[in-house]
Amino acid sequence: MATVQVKRRELSFGERIYLPEVLRGLKVTTRQLFKNMFTKKDIATVQYPEVRKEYPDRFRGRHRLMKREDGSVRCVACMLCSTACPAKCIHIVAGDKGDQSVEKYPVSFEIDLLVCIYCGFCEEACPCDAIRMDSGRHPLPSFTRDRQRIRKIQLLEDGGPSIAVQGGKGT
Amino acid sequence: MSFGEVLLWGLLKFAAIVLGFVMVVATLLTLLERKQSAYLQNRVGPNRAFLFGKKFPLSAFIGQILADAVKMLVKEDFDPPRANTWLHRLAPALPLFAALMVWMVIPFGPGPKPGTEGEHWFQIANLDVGILWVLAISSIGVYGATLGAWASNSAFSLLGGLRTAAQMISYEVTIGLNMVGLFMIFGSLKLNDIVWGQGELLWGWLPKWGIVVQPLGFVLFVAAAVAEIKRAPFDLPEDESVLAGGYSTEYSAMRFALFALGEFIGIVIMSALASVLFLGGWQIPWVATPLLADGSIDYGWLTVMQVGAMVIKTMFMVFLLQQIRWTFPRFRYDQLMRLGWVYMLPLSIANLAITALVMFLLR
Repeated sequence: MATVQVKRRELSFGERIYLPEVLRGLKVTTRQLFKNMFTKKDIATVQYPEVRKEYPDRFRGRHRLMKREDGSVRCVACMLCSTACPAKCIHIVAGDKGDQSVEKYPVSFEIDLLVCIYCGFCEEACPCDAIRMDSGRHPLPSFTRDRQRIRKIQLLEDGGPSIAVQGGKGT
Repeated sequence: MSFGEVLLWGLLKFAAIVLGFVMVVATLLTLLERKQSAYLQNRVGPNRAFLFGKKFPLSAFIGQILADAVKMLVKEDFDPPRANTWLHRLAPALPLFAALMVWMVIPFGPGPKPGTEGEHWFQIANLDVGILWVLAISSIGVYGATLGAWASNSAFSLLGGLRTAAQMISYEVTIGLNMVGLFMIFGSLKLNDIVWGQGELLWGWLPKWGIVVQPLGFVLFVAAAVAEIKRAPFDLPEDESVLAGGYSTEYSAMRFALFALGEFIGIVIMSALASVLFLGGWQIPWVATPLLADGSIDYGWLTVMQVGAMVIKTMFMVFLLQQIRWTFPRFRYDQLMRLGWVYMLPLSIANLAITALVMFLLR
């Protein structure tokens, strides 16, 4: 027999006539009411537009593209992120950078945020720390779908310099 | 007084009571209900609609009330298809009408002592039937909810209306029976006489309030009153999680607001009744009501304080009813009916019998 018979606790007389329990309940709510009227200690509400909660460190927000020390984009247009992307939302057009050690750079780099599922595979796939999702920002609302397809310029707005050495050496 | 004077004074007093007290409290309740529930659930409540910025205190309160009023007035007034339009439009007015007519007999301040002649300055009409008027008129309110529900041509509304009718009938019995105990003790149906009776002291120190001589009656009355005004834990008629709003499902804009207003005024009525019947009305305990040598009342500062006492007692009851409403979960429908007929009705009758026995022994 896999059935477990849960033994219910017998209600005492005071609990069965309901009134003492009613008064106890009223005591709790009244105490809470006056406490919250005079102090803000227990109030859980965050006044959103004025006060914002800190996101956890690993929150995956809007993507950003990192920069080299000279300010150019770190991305080498290797297509690993767009290959790894399960939603197929990353569209890269590669171009010749004219630099033997880097070879390519993205002529255009577009992410369709309406298609993106924020899985973080792109930042895991990236070999040169070029794309990251740690901006801590939400994708903003817009009136057209086209505005949700963000370009390289917008992706670089949040981008800071990355100190990782190309080719995986260093940190 | 001639008939014209009676009519004029009646209308003036009605305007003063309704516009100066009832409507003010009911309007405040629309906001206070949300603020109170928010605070006791550790939330903040509405705090965004400011009047002229944050320039003066309470601007958030007044701003929210005005914003609500504007919203209710400009929203689309929807007539459900194939509903009985005429009844659908009439229905919200009935509970409001009933709720306002009840104030005819509520005394806000001292009238002449029973047995003496005098003017009733703080009561619109000192009817001989007194409290029966309250019971008779407040029963009209049920027609509003039921008619509106039936006229809406919606199954949810109809169920809500049926529940309203069943619930109001069940609990009106309890309310009436608990009032009878007080009639027996104070020997009158007039609310003014009942309040005078509560000014006496038992054994020289205990005020003879209704709650002292009828403690069980008070508890049953408050419970039945909550059921009568359809508030949680007895809000089965509107039961938003089961019936999508009950009898007011198909109402929008100002007509919905009229239902809500009728409900809020119902709270104030039940609070005023509870304070008149059980909490001594305008009597201030241990402060004797001054009578001149010829038995008439000396209207003065004490009278102002007595009206204040009545208002404070009523507001306390409003607060208590609101606390109850936001503290307890809703009953199931069979639990509601069982509580009404199997527990509260026999208890009320037992209360009556014991009261009669004690009065017979103390005779």
